[in-house]
Amino acid sequence: MHFPHLSAERLSRGRDDADGRTAGRIEHAGLAGGGVPQQSHTSGRWYDAAPPLAVTAARAGGMRILALDARAAALGLWPGMTLADARARIPELATAPADPAADAAFLLRLAALCERYTPVIALDAPDGLLLDITGCAHLWGGEGALHAAIRRRFARMTLRSAIAGTADAARALARFGGDDLRDLPVAALEPSPRAARALAQAGLRRVGDLAARPAAALAARFGMALVQRLRRVLGEEDAPITPLRPPPDFTAARVFAEPLTRTEALATLLAGMLEELCAALTAAGMGGRVFALALFRTDGTARELVVESGRPLREAAAILRLWRERLDGLEEPLDPGFGYDALRLSVARTEPLAATQTGLAGDAAAGDVAALIDVLATRLGRGRVLRFAPCATHRPERAARRIPALEPPAPWQPMDAPRPLQLFDPPRIVTAMAFMPDGPPLRFRWKGRVHDVTLAEGPERIAPEWWREDAVAARDYYRVEDAQGRRFWLFREDGDDAPRWFLHGVFA
Amino acid sequence: MRTIPPHIAQCLRRDTPRRPLGPAALDQHLQGGIATDALHDMLAATPDDLAAAIAFTAGTAARLAGSRPILWVRQDAAEQLSGALHAPGLAALGLDPARILLVRARDAASVLRAGLDAARSGALGAVLIEPWGESRHLDMTATRRLALAASTTPVLLLRAGAPMPSAAATRWRIRAAPSRPRLARAPGAALHVELLRHRQGIPGRAWLLEWDDEQREFRTAQDAGDAFSAPLGRTPVARAG
Repeated sequence: MHFPHLSAERLSRGRDDADGRTAGRIEHAGLAGGGVPQQSHTSGRWYDAAPPLAVTAARAGGMRILALDARAAALGLWPGMTLADARARIPELATAPADPAADAAFLLRLAALCERYTPVIALDAPDGLLLDITGCAHLWGGEGALHAAIRRRFARMTLRSAIAGTADAARALARFGGDDLRDLPVAALEPSPRAARALAQAGLRRVGDLAARPAAALAARFGMALVQRLRRVLGEEDAPITPLRPPPDFTAARVFAEPLTRTEALATLLAGMLEELCAALTAAGMGGRVFALALFRTDGTARELVVESGRPLREAAAILRLWRERLDGLEEPLDPGFGYDALRLSVARTEPLAATQTGLAGDAAAGDVAALIDVLATRLGRGRVLRFAPCATHRPERAARRIPALEPPAPWQPMDAPRPLQLFDPPRIVTAMAFMPDGPPLRFRWKGRVHDVTLAEGPERIAPEWWREDAVAARDYYRVEDAQGRRFWLFREDGDDAPRWFLHGVFA
Repeated sequence: MRTIPPHIAQCLRRDTPRRPLGPAALDQHLQGGIATDALHDMLAATPDDLAAAIAFTAGTAARLAGSRPILWVRQDAAEQLSGALHAPGLAALGLDPARILLVRARDAASVLRAGLDAARSGALGAVLIEPWGESRHLDMTATRRLALAASTTPVLLLRAGAPMPSAAATRWRIRAAPSRPRLARAPGAALHVELLRHRQGIPGRAWLLEWDDEQREFRTAQDAGDAFSAPLGRTPVARAG
């Protein structure tokens, strides 16, 4: 797919709805923007909508035109001419400064629009896209129908597109026009300037002229690169394209003749797609860890939802259960708008999964726990289904890390020193009274209540971890019991003047 | 303990699977232990007694679960207001933190839902759910649903505050109790545990459980072979639920 007027059309899209403010600054000479027919008072020409537009940039020798829209091209302007020349011919030419970054972003957005047709899309910068439609065309009813669907989607833009056996052939056909590769000018091979001169001197104008000659002679005369290009354009050699995203190994897709507006039907469709995927996964001996569902709306917007599992899965029922959780728990519910016209479910990450063994009761139970964790993690979020992991540190706050539950458990050693059941992080400030400056507290006040200490054990000094940046002062911990029989973990931090007391935890 | 008439005792000894809790006096009263196919309601007498209730509930869960994992669903508010669950503290009570899966839920409704799903899955040894505060979600219907799910996996419902109607098989009220001083007036650990409700037996008993430093478990004061002078005995039966 080639968008010959990409940057100008990016700007005029904005011009249609917001007078250029959104897409970029357009300077008008003699004509307003807007969408009404008007006559230029400088040249007398009539325009049905907006004046021709050129994208310009400062180059050696003054402002030059980098790109044009279709109207400007039809008036006989060409990229590369100076702006002064162009203005002399078309005084009402509107101009806008070039913005390669915005053009690149726009091309990416166009690529995203094509996601619905195939997952394998490569950028052909600065103004083209390469779509690998292998295995996707049947969903749309053949290559012709898919091609027509793509052309309809980009009907508002100038699009030259072609379908061919190899990416280079399709690219050459789209950019240089025509139906027969052999009729294309040699420029379609994009020769180097030197080779182009040599070809012109030799009188070779068409690709067909070259194809008829022995490759060895061509390589000797014009260089190996040209021969390689020729072979690729003619489809004798295939060069894989580099897609924007690594293509998933397993995908299933549904394309609807009528837009799907009822999200209730999603579960049924998902079940069908999962059956296909799971059959493919089983055949490959793989299981999926990450499943992505792309929902393509008729208006061109797409939404992608992801479900992750802690272990490779390939049972359709288990994966469907995760999807139900995901769809039920969406914070922003699905909005089908005018309907979805395509769905694609892909396995974004796979892992080898050996054939299922049955009969080992312990394994089955472990699998059930993993399935439960998957369901809860999908519903509540991965950070909410946790497991405790020990951490070799003296700081009580850090002694127990919380890790996602699917990581393997680590063995725990009970500590000799007393540790509370509940820990406050950060520690709560309390006011305490001690008999001796370095003794246990006699009484302390917390949450407005006074606790009289009857029994106390300590101090246990926990020294600061000075090698850490956020090291705290040394703490003297006391385990105390109050008159009601409640047991607390208090510590004293010796400050500059008076010691400060904190409540750090509660014991049983 | 009062003797139970034989015909009633037979009724009580239906084929309820039970697991011993440990302290002999409790197990004797419970006809052998705590039912593994039921919902048990654990109440901290006041929010300040939550640590004591956690100790008793976690210990019960460990007994119920055997060697299988325990799923603990906590509401966020509990983590924030009463302190985060501290794994070394659980390890100190003889409960291996590696067996615990901690699930954090935003509100009582999702705590209940996660607890129900976990109990029904049958993959776990015990499910411990800890909603925070009074919640309209925790009504008779919800607890009955939990009790039904508990026929697959035992469910412990841990709360603080006054008893509310529930479909639980037993209801316990736990409060921290003054401990017997150790060497150099160091505190030990003790819990006061009341059986407020017992569907298949006699409620209204209370025990003082003391932490045995050597055996590393809670034992009733009588087991420890000493006359601890706490005012124990019958307490009024709670009529709620």
